Amino acid sequence: MAGDTLVTAAPARPGPPLWLLCELTYRCPLHCVFCYNPVDFSRTGKELTTAEWLRVLREARALGAVQLGLSGGEPLVREDVEEIVAHAHELGFYINLITSGVGLNESRLQALKRAGLDHVQLSFQDSTKQMNDFLSSTRTFELKSKVAALIKKYDYPMVLNVVLHRLNIDHVEEILAMAQRMGADYVELANTQYYGWALKNREQLLPSRAQLARAEEVTQGFRAQHGERMRIFFVVPDYYERRPKPCMNGLGSLFLTIAPDGCALPCQAARVLPGLEFPNVRDASIGSIWYDSPAFNHFRGDAWMKEPCRSCPEKTKDFGGCRCQAYLLTGDAANADPVCELSPHHHLIAEAVAHTERPYVSEKPLVFRDHR
Amino acid sequence: MDTIAATAKPAIGRGLRLQWEPAQSAHVLLYPEGMIKLNGSAAEIMKRCDGERTVSEITADLERTFGTSGLGADVESFIRLALEKKWLEIHS
Repeated sequence: MAGDTLVTAAPARPGPPLWLLCELTYRCPLHCVFCYNPVDFSRTGKELTTAEWLRVLREARALGAVQLGLSGGEPLVREDVEEIVAHAHELGFYINLITSGVGLNESRLQALKRAGLDHVQLSFQDSTKQMNDFLSSTRTFELKSKVAALIKKYDYPMVLNVVLHRLNIDHVEEILAMAQRMGADYVELANTQYYGWALKNREQLLPSRAQLARAEEVTQGFRAQHGERMRIFFVVPDYYERRPKPCMNGLGSLFLTIAPDGCALPCQAARVLPGLEFPNVRDASIGSIWYDSPAFNHFRGDAWMKEPCRSCPEKTKDFGGCRCQAYLLTGDAANADPVCELSPHHHLIAEAVAHTERPYVSEKPLVFRDHR
Repeated sequence: MDTIAATAKPAIGRGLRLQWEPAQSAHVLLYPEGMIKLNGSAAEIMKRCDGERTVSEITADLERTFGTSGLGADVESFIRLALEKKWLEIHS
């Protein structure tokens, strides 16, 4: 088939932003080495006020947004989360709080429950106190265990998120046992994605193929032994895939992220993309941002694509992968995601993977997320 | 999964919510970090899963509402799927 016949000149008007992610703040008491927040997060502008967040919720809901994520940074650093949740609940959002658990005590959880919070996702760095505290550069493991018990007590499904990487992936068995002890209903074993701080630390964080295979085997074994009462999602690092992930289902198709300073993004990592002026909710309505702004329209449809994506029959399935990863690794956001074996830049991924087989431990120190 | 007892009372799963979304012109089932857009018949079944009515009462109500009969097998197979997916749970 000729490449051109596959190109749609103007993208059709997209559907509504069904998913709204409000990154309430970049502030966080932890210093995780795999954080995807921008490495220059401390230079972002003033955080939105409570009233501004409530307006964002109203406008997005009116367009059809229904899933709401409240994250950060650590969202609970803000004292108005309860008020934000209450308003979102009145509007009919399904509200997910994505938290490290730091700042979540019983009275706060009770207030959030009363306000209509639907779900809490609690992140863990590892199953062992030492590793958890080392990787987040703080002492929080015991606190998290307490929070996990509180989440159960308030009758929430217990969703545990554990970010996996080279330094903890060999502990998957212990991690699953811990999750089971805590009564988790869902466990996400999410391999690190390499953006922000994680990309800086990739050499130390990317697991080897053997480590990955072992972790998957352990997970399968656990499922076989314990059944499906606790559901386990194992997210393979995309560096080990042959095709890229359909990132965000294509930029500007479903997901809208509002950064702490009101910057509207089609993905929480998109701030790194050069040449796009991301609109701010302080200057424009959510409707005009979503439907009319050049930044949100830029990567809709496929007119922006280069070869090999442009003439690829799989472009409607994976949308060329992740724009941020394409930019961060190849220098051009319109290139194919180099994870794809068909990408002329795939060697960048293959080299990073080959490097994981090195027989020595990296000398490079981990960079803990910090103000700079 | 075993056959569902006729006296089983399915209910929307803990932490899930069924609601009408005008923007999608559909009922959606909302769950942690996700949603399923339901077609008309799935929505009609789910709406009746209130933890009070048994599967046979749900079927009877649907047949009455839509002036038809013989929905039993379809209702049961949807409910079985929904139980597997944890969209529904059984209150007995």
